[in-house]
Amino acid sequence: MARVRLKYYAVLREQAGRGEETVETGAADAAGLFEELAARHGFSLGRDRLRVAVNAEFADWSRTLADGDEIVFIPPVAGG
Amino acid sequence: MNGFSFSRGPIDPAALAAGLADVAAGGFVSFEGRVRNENEGREVRRLDYEAFEELALKEGARIVAEAVERFGIRGACCVHRLGELGLGEVAVWVGVASGHRAEAFAACRYIIDEVKHRVPIWKKEHYLDGDSGWVNCERCAEAAAQPGHAHGHGHPHGH
Repeated sequence: MARVRLKYYAVLREQAGRGEETVETGAADAAGLFEELAARHGFSLGRDRLRVAVNAEFADWSRTLADGDEIVFIPPVAGG
Repeated sequence: MNGFSFSRGPIDPAALAAGLADVAAGGFVSFEGRVRNENEGREVRRLDYEAFEELALKEGARIVAEAVERFGIRGACCVHRLGELGLGEVAVWVGVASGHRAEAFAACRYIIDEVKHRVPIWKKEHYLDGDSGWVNCERCAEAAAQPGHAHGHGHPHGH
């Protein structure tokens, strides 16, 4: 189990109903964590539409999770 | 002033351009992205921007550094607004100073295109009819969503 910190932005923040949370997860990697949280919060965007950042750098979905990691799921961006 | 930054207040293009003053730069190109009154056929009343700032600042700085490296320009700066913006306000400003015009135009175009594609910034449009939606996130999400999913932001489908 890893204890990780999530931060949510934009549409995911609204759907989660919170800007951040700490969770204990048995997920093997970032992809597994997303599926857990998507089921819990009812995210409308699938993982294929998102990117993930771990500790404020882009990461692969296969990234394994460690205690204290900060995870951000990144919806399609729309700057400019 | 080189690099990428955010602003919570109005952008001052003249001040930003002055920050790139350089007597060796014979070319200066700037781009302003402004809040438009419609998107995909819907009348827009205002926008909210938010960002994952810690990563956005790093990615924005990487883009500006890439432009300097790739085009050999003398200086470049990009500033993006956050928070609530009204119609016509400058949402993003890019300025490039260079020895000659061709690389200034090319680098300016590169920076704005890469920022739009890579930097974790999100835009919520508020429409004249009272509805709202996250650009690039909602219509396509609805197409993929199961019936009866938790929509979560308090408005009906149909946008």
